[in-house]
Parts: sequence; structure tokens; C-alpha cells
Amino acid sequence: MNDARTPVVVTGVIGSDTHIVGNRILSMALEQAGYKVVTLGALTPAAEFIKAAIETNADAILVSSLYGQGELDCRGFRDLCVEAGLDGILLYVGGNLVVGKQAWPDVEKRFLDMGFDRAASPGTRTETVLAWLAADLAERKREGCVRR
Amino acid sequence: MTTAALLIDFGSTYTKLRAIDLDRRRILGSGQGPSTVTTDIMIGMKAGLDDLERRLGGLPRFKYRLASSSAAGGLRMVTVGLVRELTAEAARRAALGAGAKLVGAFAYRLTASDVDRIVSLAPDILLLAGGTDGGNSDVIVHNAQVLGRSALACAIVLAGNRNAADDARAALAGRQVLATDNVMPEFNVLHIEPARAAIRQVFIDRIVHAKGIDRAQAEFDRVLMPTPAAVLEGARLLADGCDGIAGLGALLVIDPGGATTDVHSVAHGEPSAPGVIVQGLPEPRVARTVEGDLGMRHNAANIVELVGVGAIAAEAGLDAASVAALVAEISADFDRLPRTAGEIALDRALVCAAVKHAVIRHCGTVDTVHTVTGPVAVQHGKDLSEVNAVIGTGGALVHNPDPRSVLEMALADPAMPRSLRPKAPKLLLDRHYLLYACGLLGTVEPQAALEIALANLDAIERKPSIERAVIA
Repeated sequence: MNDARTPVVVTGVIGSDTHIVGNRILSMALEQAGYKVVTLGALTPAAEFIKAAIETNADAILVSSLYGQGELDCRGFRDLCVEAGLDGILLYVGGNLVVGKQAWPDVEKRFLDMGFDRAASPGTRTETVLAWLAADLAERKREGCVRR
Repeated sequence: MTTAALLIDFGSTYTKLRAIDLDRRRILGSGQGPSTVTTDIMIGMKAGLDDLERRLGGLPRFKYRLASSSAAGGLRMVTVGLVRELTAEAARRAALGAGAKLVGAFAYRLTASDVDRIVSLAPDILLLAGGTDGGNSDVIVHNAQVLGRSALACAIVLAGNRNAADDARAALAGRQVLATDNVMPEFNVLHIEPARAAIRQVFIDRIVHAKGIDRAQAEFDRVLMPTPAAVLEGARLLADGCDGIAGLGALLVIDPGGATTDVHSVAHGEPSAPGVIVQGLPEPRVARTVEGDLGMRHNAANIVELVGVGAIAAEAGLDAASVAALVAEISADFDRLPRTAGEIALDRALVCAAVKHAVIRHCGTVDTVHTVTGPVAVQHGKDLSEVNAVIGTGGALVHNPDPRSVLEMALADPAMPRSLRPKAPKLLLDRHYLLYACGLLGTVEPQAALEIALANLDAIERKPSIERAVIA
């Protein structure tokens, strides 16, 4: 792997969800932090994230969902990645992921079980996501399992 | 003494000539000979010139003698990209926009059988794309390696991830490779003009010679482009206009042929209604689509299968059995022109169906997606509902006794509100088959080309609109 390569992340709002603001703030923060950001915007089907990640050789996919249907929309996301040959790609999900008041640890566990590497609860700061990403990418590099 | 231009189309059936008076901006005449590229191209060229001379009573001195060609199978191309809907689709659009006959489109890693298939397709040019700049390079390098080891002999245009270009080039050492800009430098950004230009360059430099078209070189100056590209260039000039002369604005060109139906559009295709979200790969403003299953002769049976024998029979006023019998006859006899009333009626029904479905596929769609914040309109493809003109060209339309009814098949249909087809365009008929000539002449004398084309497109009156009929 070329150490000088700028890491690429794909962002977007999954499913029939038009809430773009949080995702856009996150994308701007990622850009400022030096990442190359591929922004898919609102109303993005799961398959589009994967197609974009293949062409751009992305290191991570950051999925937003704000309208409560995230659990349905994200089901099988990791499987789609594996199917497309993106075995080692980092997957984060964040937002108002479920309907109603549910305990966050339960929600987080559900999404981690689905194959996401990190799940961000409502109100998570962009700094937190940047710190996760830096740590996770560094760890992948150490393990030598970054796809390249 | 008049300043004249000769525009030649080396077609697959005929060698067609148009002589233009540049000073008085008019057509001097036309000539036609057989297509003889498979034997000696000069025979058809001479026959065409003799025909022209007979009609004009002598040949003027031509200031320009420019040619396009779709002879010897056209410009046969194979495209290879990474993701089917992304770089593979961008590569396909670049090839079609360059006037190619697309014989194969591949995506992802080429397998051994894919490579065998490509070799057996024997394309004139292969367009190799894949990966955004700085994106995936494994796949394009892999594909270059397997192609580099194959028996493929054709020229290769390389238009993929620029960070992989050196490795891909090295893997293709010894081949004719022309490297150009990536067809998709950033995710979802279409950048196909450089690839189109590179394809055209390879066509001029090598393919014209390889196909033996340059043996007629004494009779013309240059073969500039494949004929479909000349039609597309003509459409672009007609839409955009040039210095001091206004064009027609956004337009659509329909060209139903024996084997395929081509549709060209020159229009940005952005939503005509406010608040519509556009999804998918951005569309080129100057776009060409080719429907390989909608041809009046080679694919007559496909058209019947698509719309149903009952619908064709009803449209033609024939019974199903005679439709089936006639379709079998014309499918076996490609050059056949309709003679009997039944054949003419069947041809009209076939061309109507071909035009309708080719335009439906070319134009975009709008769908309603229900979100928690309410319904949202989402558009895929180009919104062509507001184009100013629909132009029909090609023998199947020009020789049709009722071209209006065929052109009207391109229009929006209240029964299909999702389809973004033209609502109220002018209908024009390219009765003199000038679009290719306009495209060729436009490269040297755009004003003359535009004026002559504008003056020679026949306006076809549309039927009074349904609303007016209802009020009356």
C-alpha cells in the first residue's frame, strides 16, 4: 500500500430518507480532516454505496439514517459488501436508527451484529467519528488487512 | 463559378453523395451508388459520382470533399469498465457518442471466457475503463494484463483510473494504445469527450485504412468520422446554432434503420418541474442511444415479439397470420422495399413501434418515492419533455407515406406519465438525408451547414391537440 494515499470514505443517507444535514456536516468535517469524501447524498439505496466504494476503492462507508427505518434499510449491508469483494471495508452507521425510545446499547449491539464496525448514537460529535476512523484505519494498516 | 462541397457517406448498403452550393446555401443534387467496400470501394464511389454528374449535367470543382463511413460493419467496438452502472456505463456512452457500433460491453474482472468472447468479436477498437482517478486500480490492471496476453489485435483506447494508467499501459506493451482522460474521474462525474475524441482519432488514423476506405482517397479529402457520429454532430449544430445564426434549441433525432433504431438528443435533460431529485449517472448533453433489438428488417420479428402480434396486426389493419408470414419474408430479405398495400401497412406498424420504444428507452422517467416527509419526485435519465424539435431521418421514415403518424410516436403519452418524452415539439423530417452532411460540413463551414440544414428540414404539422379536439 502507498502510505501517501489519501483515505477515501463514502457517505450518504440510506433508503427513502431525505434528512441530509447531519450527513453533510459529517462530510465537511471529513474533508477538512484530509479525507477524500465521496458524497452520495439523500435517498441512496444500499447497493449505490457499494458500487461507489468499488469504483473509488474506498476505505470506509459511513451510512446515515435519520427516519427510524435504518434497521430495515441496513439489513444485509455487510453481506452485500462481502458479495462485491469489499471484505475488509470499514462500515459505520449513525443517526436515529430505530423507531421509538430504545436503549442505545441494544440498538448498538443490533447494528454491530449486522456487521457494522461502529454505530453512532444520536448527538455523536463529528470529532468522535474522526477519532474512530483514524484509530480504525491505523489498526487495519497495522494488521495489514487493508485491501489494496 | 460556385463554391461547392461534396459530402459522402460510405454506407453499408449505398454510397451516398450530396453536393452543396456553399455560396447560395442550397443543395445542388445527390448521387448514389452501391456499397462496394467489401470488394473495391472505388466502384461504388464512381457509380455515385456518375449518378451525381448525370443529375447536375457536369460536376463542379469541390472545395471540400468530406466523408463519413458506416461501411464494413461500421466502427465495431467493445467496452470494458468496472461497475456496470458506473465506469462500464460511462465507457458504453463514450463509444456510442463516438458513433460506434457496440458489439460487446463488459464489466468487472474479465474472465478467460470473456477474453475469448472479445477476441472472437474482433472489434476495431476496445475502450478500457475502470476506477475513478485514485480509486480502484486492481481491476483495470488485471483486465489490461489478460487482454495483453490475449490474441486481440485491435487498437485500445485507455480511459480509466489515471493512477493505474502506467501499469495498464505496460501490461499492453506492443499493442496500439491511445491513453486519454478517465471517463469517470470522480465518482458519478461523466467525462467522456476526451475518450470520444480519442476514438475518433483512432478511427481516422487506422480504421479507415484497415477497412480499405482510403483506397478511394483520390476522390475525397478526408474521412472524418463514423456516419452515426456525423449525424450526432449535425444534430448538435442544429440545436446549438453558430455565430450569428440561432439553432433550434433542445432537440431529439430519431433514425429507425434496418438493424437498429438510433435516437440522439441534444439537451441538458434536467428536470422541467421544480423540486425533482435526479438520481443515477449524469447524462451527456449530446447523447446517442442505439436499440439493437429494434430494426425494421433484421429485427422485425423482435419488434413483433416486443409489442405483440395482435398490436402490430391492429395497427397495420392486417390479420395476425399475414403479419407473421410477412415478417418472416422481410426478415430474410434485408434490402426489400415494401411494395403491396399490406407490406406498406406492416412497415408503418413496425416503424411506429420501433420509434415509440426507442424513444421511451432514450428518455428518462420520473417516479414518486414516499418518504416520511411526504412524496418526492425522483428522476432517472433525461427529462426531454420540453425539447423544441423532434427530427426524423432515415429511409424508413422518409419513404413512409405518413411520416407524421410515425413521428408522433415519439411524443409524451398521457397513459404513460412516468416517461419524460417531448410534449409539444416541432416535428421535422430530414427528407433529403442531410443530417450527416450537415455534421461533416459543419467541421469546416458551420454557418453554411446550419443554414442549409435549417432550410431543408420539412415541417410536419402535428394533429390538433387532444384538448382542443375535446373542446370542439
